[in-house]
Amino acid sequence: MSSDVRFTDFKSDKQPTWCPGCGDFGTMNGMMKALAETGNDPDNTFVVAGIGCSGKIGTYMHSYALHGVHGRALPVGIGVKLANPNLEVMVAGGDGDGYSIGAGHFVHAVRRNVDMSYVVMDNRIYGLTKGQASPTSRQDFETSTTPEGPQMPPVNPLALALASGATFIAQSFSSDAQRHAEIIQKAVEHDGFGFVNTYSPCVTFNDVDTYDYFRDSIVDLSEEDHDPHDREAAKEKILEGDKEYMGVIYQDDESVPWEKREGIDQDMSDIPDGAPEGAMDLVREFY
Amino acid sequence: MPEDLNWAIGGEAGDGIDSTGKIFAQALSRAGRHVFTSKDFASRIRGGYTAYKVRTSVDRVESVVDRLDILIALTERTIDENMDELHEGSVIIYDGERSTMQDVEVPDGMIGLSVPLQRLAEDAGGAIMANVVALGAACEVAQFPIENLDESLEKRFGDKGEAIVENNKEAARLGQQHVQEEYDHDFDYDIETTDEDYVLLNGDEAIGMGAIAAGCRFYSGYPITPATDVMEYMTGRVEQYGGKVVQAEDELSAINMALGAARAGARAMTATSGPGIDLMTETFGLVATTETPLVICDVMRSGPSTGMPTKQEQGDLNMTLYGGHGEIPRFVVAPTSVSECFWKTVEAFNYAEKYQTPVYLVSDLALAVTEQTFPPEEFDMDEVEIERGKVVDEDDIDSWLDERGRFQAHFPAADGVSPRAFPGTTDGAHMTTGLEHDELGRRTEEEEVRLEQVEKRQRKVETAEEEEDWDYREFGDEDADALVISWGSNEGAMREALGFLDERGHDVRFISVPYIFPRPDLSEEIEAAEDVIVVECNATGQFADVIEHDVLERVQRVNKYNGVRFKADELATEIENTLTGADAGATEVEAE
Repeated sequence: MSSDVRFTDFKSDKQPTWCPGCGDFGTMNGMMKALAETGNDPDNTFVVAGIGCSGKIGTYMHSYALHGVHGRALPVGIGVKLANPNLEVMVAGGDGDGYSIGAGHFVHAVRRNVDMSYVVMDNRIYGLTKGQASPTSRQDFETSTTPEGPQMPPVNPLALALASGATFIAQSFSSDAQRHAEIIQKAVEHDGFGFVNTYSPCVTFNDVDTYDYFRDSIVDLSEEDHDPHDREAAKEKILEGDKEYMGVIYQDDESVPWEKREGIDQDMSDIPDGAPEGAMDLVREFY
Repeated sequence: MPEDLNWAIGGEAGDGIDSTGKIFAQALSRAGRHVFTSKDFASRIRGGYTAYKVRTSVDRVESVVDRLDILIALTERTIDENMDELHEGSVIIYDGERSTMQDVEVPDGMIGLSVPLQRLAEDAGGAIMANVVALGAACEVAQFPIENLDESLEKRFGDKGEAIVENNKEAARLGQQHVQEEYDHDFDYDIETTDEDYVLLNGDEAIGMGAIAAGCRFYSGYPITPATDVMEYMTGRVEQYGGKVVQAEDELSAINMALGAARAGARAMTATSGPGIDLMTETFGLVATTETPLVICDVMRSGPSTGMPTKQEQGDLNMTLYGGHGEIPRFVVAPTSVSECFWKTVEAFNYAEKYQTPVYLVSDLALAVTEQTFPPEEFDMDEVEIERGKVVDEDDIDSWLDERGRFQAHFPAADGVSPRAFPGTTDGAHMTTGLEHDELGRRTEEEEVRLEQVEKRQRKVETAEEEEDWDYREFGDEDADALVISWGSNEGAMREALGFLDERGHDVRFISVPYIFPRPDLSEEIEAAEDVIVVECNATGQFADVIEHDVLERVQRVNKYNGVRFKADELATEIENTLTGADAGATEVEAE
């Protein structure tokens, strides 16, 4: 790791094909800044991306990366981190990837609390398939597949994380470049699973949850008297559900990553060219 | 054929059948006798008939047979369930003092020994030792010196304290004495012991041990019968070598965790059974197209759907050969015996890394639940070789960077195998994706690159076909007109069947195939035989179909895989070329 890494070092030479004005540009810039600010470089960083517009991020960033199967990015990230705890692991995906097809993995990744960060680009719509309801779409949000709206309450991802025992819960807005990068950086620095739900507006298919909507409604917790270490206060904010908060809502400073508790501290790629020393003991156990 | 004794204990699930059977099997093994065990069981924790069967001989035993000489019946149903295997002179040990066993009628010609198992166990210190009393009685019937039980009782109960061990030894002796005193009968058995030292293990354990020996350091899985033993074996053991077993939330997660670990450079494995393979198939194509080395173990059981979870079937061959959308290069290896479970696991990891491809390691319930004895040298760890393939480090990475200094993780090398850089390697940063990609791992739909990458992945298989020894195992009479072919776990039964067939005047050549893909070319062997029979544990003959396909030569092929549909004029030309021999044989339509 070198101290002179710039955030542009994390940029690949592939031009994004996101729509002009897409929130994902800002989300990605913040991720790259946070990685550079925390002293990482592309050769020790592993980015895992899901499927959807957000999933393209692995192509536009420069690092070790895998763009996987829809909804399964988190388990891949966990596998990478456990096999080599020296790596910085960042997982990115959309609201469909994380809270619909991958909701089961989200709950269990939060529980496991492996030291990695998870950035969900939440645009409350399925963009790549051209505008269907997502798990965070509003109940009355009309789309091609839900003409009357989904008629189900949206998933509250922050509450889902809290209920699953999260040690770090944050929310950001991709358009507020500085605050977004700061929040992601805190997630990266957190000892455990750093979860950031990022409002990342879709300018093409979502005319409700727009930049203007978020600008008007967001409440920046750094300007409020909020202590993220106060779980009760965090719980109240998360369950209120009527405000779009930005900032670190909850952080457990006592968090110990799962891999540390389990004593995983080596790069598992390093193995001998034959059976390990003393392997005949394994056979003798069967006497 | 081995001079064998067939013994069983049966009762209700929860009666301690397995642990009692295992104590007896271990005692025989420690006494230098070969053992081959099997289980009848149901998928429930309590209730339902279950049995643990032991076949033992001084010679090696490779199969179960339809014959039972000594049966410990804890329930009346146990006798009914085994009527087909019991014969004239079979000894049935039961507790005639138990209210449920008072009316037991021992079938004509068989010898019933009513032993007050529970009462004698109480005399020794507790009714819980009733099964051990029965073991003592069985030792007397078999004329197997009871001291041989002591070591396995110590192994089983040692952590519960010396008093418990001593009580159990006493319980066994009370059972022995009861038979001695009450039954003045020569049972005609005389279990010979030898000075050999054998180890006793099952196929799942052999796979787990093979994985650790082969350098597997990451295992993620989700419990499922009959694969759970692989996971349980590795838990607590792989950690001693710097690895980790992770219980995932489902099979989807398990294979993705293993994929992540493999991308990070660890030798990684997951094991499951058919229903889990269904789920893992979602990610299988990703593993293959990202060229990630991964060993996926399928311990087959009866399907489809939940099927019969505790029963044997080799029904997943097509699934492992063809499962997944699109065309996926993969290797499929099927160990043919418990000890081969160890060696084929070692091989599987080498194939996975040398060819950067997923490898299905296909075992089955029969191998998983069979505990078999082997001389420990059969698992000689010095023979384990680890080949990691084209892994590059800082010193040699430069030759794999393109003109702009970018690492080419999917470089279309002549042999189809690209360089591999573990994360953390300076200048090795690269992405990969389930989308079709270029040599840098970046998404593309360019026809030329698509063709190049499809062919590159296919070339790995061709290279492996040439480089590796995809040999079969052969038994019986090499010159016989009758050829029997089988795959996977049927080998042991078929080997012994050769002896029976010989007695009945049939000469048979037996080919046992452990490699399903790539696999040995059997056309000459089939050509030389008059009758060809393929033996497998399924209804439709999945391997038979594969073998038939291999010897069928009539079909020529026109293929296209650039992502564009056939066009009429192009197709006419291709067909014409094929018919006239202008471009004979397999034709690959290239995009214009």
